[in-house]
Amino acid sequence: MTDQAIEIPQAAATSGPSRRRLRWPSPWHLVLIPVALVMVTPFAWMVMTSIQTPEEARHFPPVFPSGIHWQNYTEALAAAPFGRFFFNTAIVTGVTVLGNLILCSLAGYAFARFRFFGRDVLFVVILATLMIPFQVVMIPTFLIMRHLGLIDSLGALILPNLVTPFGIFLMRQFFRTLPIELEEAARIDGCSRLGTLFRIVLPLSGPALATLAVITFLYNWNDFLWPLVAIQSEEHMTLQLGLSTFQGAHSIEWTLLMAGNVMGVLPMLLAFLLAQRQFVRSIASAGITG
Amino acid sequence: MRLIRSEHGTGWLFVLPAALLIVVFGLVPIGWSLLLSFQSSDFVSPPKWVGLANYQALRDDPEFRAAIVRTLVYTALFVPIVVLGGLAVAVALNAKVRFISIYRTAVFVPVAASTVATAIIFNWLLEPTFGLVNWALGLVGLGPYGFFQDPDQALAAVVVMTSWGWIGFNAIIYLAALQGIPRELIEAATIDGAGRFATFRRITWPLLGPATLFLVVWASINALQVFDEIYVSTRGGPLQATTVVVFYLYQQAFQFFAAGYGAAIAYVLFVAILVLTLIQLWIGNKRVHYTS
Repeated sequence: MTDQAIEIPQAAATSGPSRRRLRWPSPWHLVLIPVALVMVTPFAWMVMTSIQTPEEARHFPPVFPSGIHWQNYTEALAAAPFGRFFFNTAIVTGVTVLGNLILCSLAGYAFARFRFFGRDVLFVVILATLMIPFQVVMIPTFLIMRHLGLIDSLGALILPNLVTPFGIFLMRQFFRTLPIELEEAARIDGCSRLGTLFRIVLPLSGPALATLAVITFLYNWNDFLWPLVAIQSEEHMTLQLGLSTFQGAHSIEWTLLMAGNVMGVLPMLLAFLLAQRQFVRSIASAGITG
Repeated sequence: MRLIRSEHGTGWLFVLPAALLIVVFGLVPIGWSLLLSFQSSDFVSPPKWVGLANYQALRDDPEFRAAIVRTLVYTALFVPIVVLGGLAVAVALNAKVRFISIYRTAVFVPVAASTVATAIIFNWLLEPTFGLVNWALGLVGLGPYGFFQDPDQALAAVVVMTSWGWIGFNAIIYLAALQGIPRELIEAATIDGAGRFATFRRITWPLLGPATLFLVVWASINALQVFDEIYVSTRGGPLQATTVVVFYLYQQAFQFFAAGYGAAIAYVLFVAILVLTLIQLWIGNKRVHYTS
């Protein structure tokens, strides 16, 4: 309660002239509490159902769980290899994030700093592909992957997402804001182009690299349509595809479904809660760039 | 002279891996898809040239027309809800009150839920007999509703579900934009006697223009491509009530193996997205004023 005193002057700046009201909690809470509840309740409900017995879940009106029914989790794990799904997703996401960081940096740096034949045309062409919806390239990509023998393998999920036009654009725009003098100094000291990029430029590019990593991570972790088309066997499924298949097979076993869903959501939820600041900043800056 | 020559080489060396991937998985598929849309193909036997037959069939396909109408209805509901909703939530989250970081986390957290996970959760929340929402509505004398199982309500239920997943994203961007507005501007307006509503309308809202334009365009593009949540929650049903364009495309291409027809649908979608985006940018750029 002691920091109430600190809050008052801040509140005065926003909540208008009536000084008497300031002793009470701000009326904003009347808006914020319902909004927060609407956003959080679905998660809470999922967790609650995941520890209920099937009878409790099918009770109307709803009841709180009598105890923690862990059996849902062991049954879900026995019904579908969630560990495998997680592992596959982690591989696909890890490799695509790494690929984007390296390849978009290389290309973005060349577009930002070098003068080479065809540069501007190539850059415009890459930018133009940014506007193509995935559905347009989906069927031919499937055919290409079949030619390469990669259908129903993680390679089919990794290869098309190793580099993104958005990432190239983002890195180029960022590199152009850096003072060129540092790079010139490094060149004069005998540093190669590649060395300049990796030793001088990239260490200064933390914010842009973080944004690119977060956006690539979110996209590949959550991607669904392409894995749905490209993957058939359970051992190569990602979390999203695995969850959807699991839902198809157990469509009304709610306690089992929610236990599976908790396991599917948990990794991203933890990542988000632990690195919320980074996530939020990256989304905001990607929004401003895009 | 040698320096410039070496720059050509290193320049291309640096962009080569990225350019190669974008050619193989971007440019080639774009051209191939266009070619496919003039062909009849079942993924297995060699494709046959059919000219404009796929597009003519699409024009006369009542199911495709219905899918377009549903997609437009969905977009017309979804975009205003998530943009205005995101703005309202961001304004509330910008208040200087206690526990604001907890409120922010609560609002942003659906961003961490994938589309698939969101759909599974809402399947349960909106379950007609045992679901939480029907119970809560029953408390105030409403319902029970069929939601995903009622052809008249399914599309609206999809709007509610996807909006829940999207508002946090929009709120993040609006909040960043709100925090970028110089305090002096708001203070100056207040000193000049502008009320809170007038300050918002005359100062804040115009300054949020670029963010609004981006969010309208981005939400529209995504709404026209909605698929994941529908696949998981309703599979396009009941009675095709939620068969939107991309779902229809998926069915045609990967369940009925009509690759050429699917490619034609994809191109119609592409042109529709392009035209809508250009119109929005054209209207937006006349109205939005960019500072600095």
